[in-house]
Amino acid sequence: MSIPETATPHLLSGVRTKYDKVRGNWVLLAPERAVKLDQIGVAILEETTGSCTFGNILDALSTKYNAPREQISGDVQKFLTSLIDRRMMEVRDVSV
Amino acid sequence: MDAPQPQPTAEITYGPPIAMLAELTHRCPLSCPYCSNPLELTGREGELSTEIWIDVFRQAAELGVLQLHLSGGEPASRRDLEDLITACRAHDLYSNLITSGIGLTEKRLTGLKERGLDHVQLSLQGVDAAMADMIGGYKGGYNRKMDVAKWTTALDLPLTLNAVVHEKNIDRLPETIDMAVSMGARRLEVATVQFHGWADKNRAALMPTREQAKLCGQRVAEARERLKGVLVIDYVPADHHADYPKPCMGGWGSTGLNIVPDGRVMPCHAAHTIPHLVFENVRDTPLADIWNHSSAFNAYRGFDWMPEPCKSCDRKTRDFGGCRCQAMAIAGDAAATDPVCIKSPLHAQLQAQAEADAHADGPLTYRKMPA
Ligand code: SF4
Ligand code: SF4
Repeated sequence: MSIPETATPHLLSGVRTKYDKVRGNWVLLAPERAVKLDQIGVAILEETTGSCTFGNILDALSTKYNAPREQISGDVQKFLTSLIDRRMMEVRDVSV
Repeated sequence: MDAPQPQPTAEITYGPPIAMLAELTHRCPLSCPYCSNPLELTGREGELSTEIWIDVFRQAAELGVLQLHLSGGEPASRRDLEDLITACRAHDLYSNLITSGIGLTEKRLTGLKERGLDHVQLSLQGVDAAMADMIGGYKGGYNRKMDVAKWTTALDLPLTLNAVVHEKNIDRLPETIDMAVSMGARRLEVATVQFHGWADKNRAALMPTREQAKLCGQRVAEARERLKGVLVIDYVPADHHADYPKPCMGGWGSTGLNIVPDGRVMPCHAAHTIPHLVFENVRDTPLADIWNHSSAFNAYRGFDWMPEPCKSCDRKTRDFGGCRCQAMAIAGDAAATDPVCIKSPLHAQLQAQAEADAHADGPLTYRKMPA
């Protein structure tokens, strides 16, 4: 199941990012889970505001990192899907 | 009793702790016969004060703890739970309330959310009032719990349902899973009862059969697939029927620590069953010193303490030789290979005992506070 470009992903309540000063990296905190975020994960979540569609997120990242959309789309899709499967994120207006 | 204290290893590789379990109190309106609290419970007068807990939370955050589990007993039995949640948020700790639900009202839960509570983990003793109240030893507990679940999701707080499964309720797992979904829980923990402490007194009544345990595992696997994106299921299998042990605590002293109501700090909630370990207290010693220098934490850190067959086994980085407390209880030596392991000389004996207990029955011995 893939996320359509028109869908709007958002983090669920009780799921939040935090800068972990002790370890020097960002983490995503969720029920019973703390996920270490790499630079790409942080960049994706910065664009995942809850009002941007998946398409908007790809546009923003592609401009910001000067990378072709097709090239980043798969990785972003994979990252967001892993959060959806773990019940940390949901998408609105899924047309699947 | 007089096993030699293992020498701390010269080079220990472990990071800062990720999670801390704060057992705020042993008081609890329920009296589950498998309660993981020790047989010798601490009374109210022995509990840490609000101020000390708050200071410990600050120290934990500075040490690198990200997740703070507020547990007990029943944490809602502490009247200062509100202040403690405020402190969690002030120190940017992710707070998880592990509760039976008893002691919470809609108003109280709303207040806790306003103070920054992040997550509620609700225990489930059974899927109907008769079973749940019989196991919990508290009449009306089930109905209150159902209310708490409703309030939690209505407040848009994430909800995890924690179901301890054993011989008497394990066959009703499908109903448990359906209940979690219909309640709107995001996560379900299916934890087969662990035979430490009170549960050890109830082996005959609670030990599932090998067939029950196997079916439970299959049902979990099926439900995980079917409910992907709906419900996350964490599963603690029945290790007495397994061939290899669980990676207890992800390795002793590697990721988490546990503070008991009187302030002693332990590597796991059953560590007090290892008689030769000495536990420092947050009343006297800074938390960072305890984490780094406590002989109890260093006793089984890393791999150097391991005897054979673990020492030369390639699974040791996966299961860390299993559970130290189980080794203590069954082998009489906390450094021994977990008797659950097929390579342990005690494996056959453990399985035979589990088989015998599974087919036996007995009265339930409930958890009791000292008079
Ligand atoms: S296991 Fe049961 S008796 Fe023990 S603290 Fe939890 S609810 Fe209370
Ligand atoms: S011998 Fe030790 S390390 Fe190897 S599987 Fe058994 S418990 Fe694990």
